Amino acid sequence: MEFTRNNRQLLSKIATNDRHGENSPYFDGWKAYDSNPYHPTHNPHGVIQMGLAENQLCFDLIGKWILENPDASICTAEGVDKFKDIAIFQDYHALKDFREGVAKFMGRVGGNRVVFDPNRIVTSGGATGANETVMFCLADPGDAFLVPSPYYAGFARDLRWRTGLDIVPVDCKSSDNFRITRAALEEAYEKAQRSNINVKGVIIANPSNPLGTVLDKETMRSLVGFINDKNIHLVCDEIYAATTFSSPRFISIAEIIQDMDCNCDLIHIVYSLSKDMGFPGFRVGIVYSFNDDVMHCARKMSSFGLVSSQTQFLLAAMLNDEEFVGNFLRESSKRLAKRHRVFTTGLERVGISSLKSNAGLFFWMDMRPLLKEQTVEAELELWRVIINKVKLNVSPGSSFQCSEPGWFRVCFANMDDETVHVALERIREFVLQGKEEEKDVSLSHTSKHWRKQNLRLSFSSSRLYDESLMSPAHMISPHSSIPRSPLVRART
Amino acid sequence: MGLLSRKVTCNSHGQDSSYFLGWQEYEKNPYDEVKNPKGIIQMGLAENQLSFDILESWLAKNPEAASFKRDGQSIFKELALFQDYHGLPAFKKALVDFMAEIRGNKVTFDTNNIVLTAGATSANETLMFCLAEKGDAFLLPTPYYPGFDRDLKWRTGAEIVPIVCTSSNGFKITESALEEAYQEAQKRKLRVKGVLVTNPSNPLGTTMSRNELDILVNFITDKEIHLISDEIYSGTVFSSPAFISIMEVLKDRKLENDSQVWERVHVVYSLSKDLGLPGFRVGAIYSNDPIVVAAATKMSSFGLVSSQTQFLLSAMLSDKKFTKEYLSKNHKRLQKRQNKLVSGLEKAGISCLESNAGLFCWVDMRHLLSSNTFEAEMELWKRIVYEVKLNISPGSSCHCTEPGWFRVCFANMSEDTLKLALKRLKSFVGSITINNQSHQELKNTRKKNRNNWVFRLSFQSFHDREQEER
Repeated sequence: MEFTRNNRQLLSKIATNDRHGENSPYFDGWKAYDSNPYHPTHNPHGVIQMGLAENQLCFDLIGKWILENPDASICTAEGVDKFKDIAIFQDYHALKDFREGVAKFMGRVGGNRVVFDPNRIVTSGGATGANETVMFCLADPGDAFLVPSPYYAGFARDLRWRTGLDIVPVDCKSSDNFRITRAALEEAYEKAQRSNINVKGVIIANPSNPLGTVLDKETMRSLVGFINDKNIHLVCDEIYAATTFSSPRFISIAEIIQDMDCNCDLIHIVYSLSKDMGFPGFRVGIVYSFNDDVMHCARKMSSFGLVSSQTQFLLAAMLNDEEFVGNFLRESSKRLAKRHRVFTTGLERVGISSLKSNAGLFFWMDMRPLLKEQTVEAELELWRVIINKVKLNVSPGSSFQCSEPGWFRVCFANMDDETVHVALERIREFVLQGKEEEKDVSLSHTSKHWRKQNLRLSFSSSRLYDESLMSPAHMISPHSSIPRSPLVRART
Repeated sequence: MGLLSRKVTCNSHGQDSSYFLGWQEYEKNPYDEVKNPKGIIQMGLAENQLSFDILESWLAKNPEAASFKRDGQSIFKELALFQDYHGLPAFKKALVDFMAEIRGNKVTFDTNNIVLTAGATSANETLMFCLAEKGDAFLLPTPYYPGFDRDLKWRTGAEIVPIVCTSSNGFKITESALEEAYQEAQKRKLRVKGVLVTNPSNPLGTTMSRNELDILVNFITDKEIHLISDEIYSGTVFSSPAFISIMEVLKDRKLENDSQVWERVHVVYSLSKDLGLPGFRVGAIYSNDPIVVAAATKMSSFGLVSSQTQFLLSAMLSDKKFTKEYLSKNHKRLQKRQNKLVSGLEKAGISCLESNAGLFCWVDMRHLLSSNTFEAEMELWKRIVYEVKLNISPGSSCHCTEPGWFRVCFANMSEDTLKLALKRLKSFVGSITINNQSHQELKNTRKKNRNNWVFRLSFQSFHDREQEER
């Protein structure tokens, strides 16, 4: 052990600190799911995964396209004549056809109000890589970015870990429907200035994760005004753009700056195919900056996370098939809208409301009435009950730095229709049971009753965790969805 | 306050170096047998293009792997969703088995200790992030791969201090060179965190001897620092001496499992050179330190290997019949090709460092320099790029301390193209030798031979050429 301690001092601070954010208690939900995953026949009482924002609704369409286009693969008889050229292609400018396909797709997703230039497209290792790369280009260690809360938990790692930057949250309140107000931005900026924190920009996700809402024109114009005033950057993570399934429409920042006085050197877009198309495994991240220096630098940095040329080739063919793309986007919207409706109306029937939303792969559920007190502790208590008793892995609002306790992000696009009904049934039962118990017990006893339940459950659940922690095979990454899939089981 | 980060405006990405400038010239005027027969032949790119037929034949025999199928079922959806940074288990298993096979199965690798990354570029940078930070340095033997300046220093803030190796002993690493580098780092107030070697070496094309490896192990033990062994070319060893991996040395010295040193040795690997698949971005870090493995695994989120690619290669590398055939045939072809380059150069009066690996030769053109300076090396290099129309890499871009050495690649072109390149080089050397001789004679007998118009003409044309370069 002495040896390990000595060796530990030889590692970098980055390797040994916690800024990757993965030691947070929020991974308890993942662990619970991993050790007891739901399966309709093998494990019908297992935990249903509702904490993973994946789009699994349109694989039939893509599967069909793949079968019909064998020449899009460099490995099939139809495509193998391209194998060598693609296998040696490591140019960080990326395949021209791929860039053109992506640019066209982004334009289409933005409602064809903007034309994206394929020569400005820079690839990266997923949006994870793209966000980190943009930070490396815009800021130095010790600088900070303003991030409206609630925000994607992964930003803690992507924006800060290896870059040495800090996040300054911008509080958004439910009273405003979590809108990003100019006042909140100014307040956060001034607070940072007073603490001698050098703010280099603002980063937003539009559509929002975890809210599932799109930004309106007014808010976007206000944001552009703000960053121009302060001469700081605006990074727009538009990863959920094509998951917008009903009005109001998604508006890209590229469209906003077309009609505004704006220093375009301050505007940068991050994009990815992981959510819109459901391809997180293919690691397609995009940096689209209006600043030439940033574009050139990000392109050089893309060497650290280029998209596999095999994947570029396949997706170039797919994205350039305009008929397929049109059909895909229409179907995807329809299916997301339906799924969203089934969940939110199902919940409304049992008195649970959620933030009105029209995009994303999740909705923002309001469980504040079920909290025994409006505190983070109470939220986490309720969360543990939902995981262990209701057996649903949802994400507590505090994991998104939400300033108000009681909100939960619930994902709906990563399961089939039957599982949706099981999940809804479980919530229904849980809420109705709670109401029954309320009737039997006086109000002053309700909180004690919850607490007793929680204590019992926490005890049993901690034993569960110990077992799972002891076996390294159960350690999954925060982003894996199928720990028991045949891919993971294979041990040939 | 600058609008952008310092990283954007500094030069640590290293892409202003001549290594990359030669590439740019090639891009402007690339050789093509039919369309541009007078264009620049690319000999600065260390790619293995000799064995694609073997890969393509495997693909033809394995249609399932090619079309996202396993046991007749489509697994497209599962692959598309698979983003677990622990990697596809079947792929990791196949990869570590392949790595062991390359090492003659003298060592085995544990899948729990391997981290997949987007190419060795990402692997090296990630390891640096784990082991070093601003104020720290890694010692690297010169000459070294120009990309290290970017991969190890740019975004990490770490520094490189050279371990100077010279032609006096075939550029081998010596104890004194190591010690000097260490002292130099101390002088620069840098904390030395480790040594990084490439074995087989880029640009030398040689495998490290057991003696060198022992020296390294002794050094890092004594100084209590890390050793990174970038073994990206391990599968390109085509003749003796056989490749000795650092892991083999540790095993032979019984340093496995219960020593500090064991946990401070890390190996980097990739399929870009051995299998010739740089476009697929398949790299790996192998470490015996669980903290490094854990940290690097999380960092791999910034550059995971595409699941589509992991799946294809897991099928390919699990086919032991294929890997055996591939490694054997590939070695033979590399050897044959290297021999062609070496003998062709010999006919032009140029020798190379004796090599047994890699996709290039370390070529000695010191005798062609007008003076023993890096200016003269640049002069010669520019002539080779612009006049002879060959893009080769000058030793200075690899931080070589002796002018006149060049790295010349041989595996990224057809045999005919190589023949043409050698032909061009031979006639260039012929002309330069005559001119050097005449230039020398002129200098010596300036006053005596002014009336000999043949010499005057040669002298004239030599100067004319210099004007063009400017």
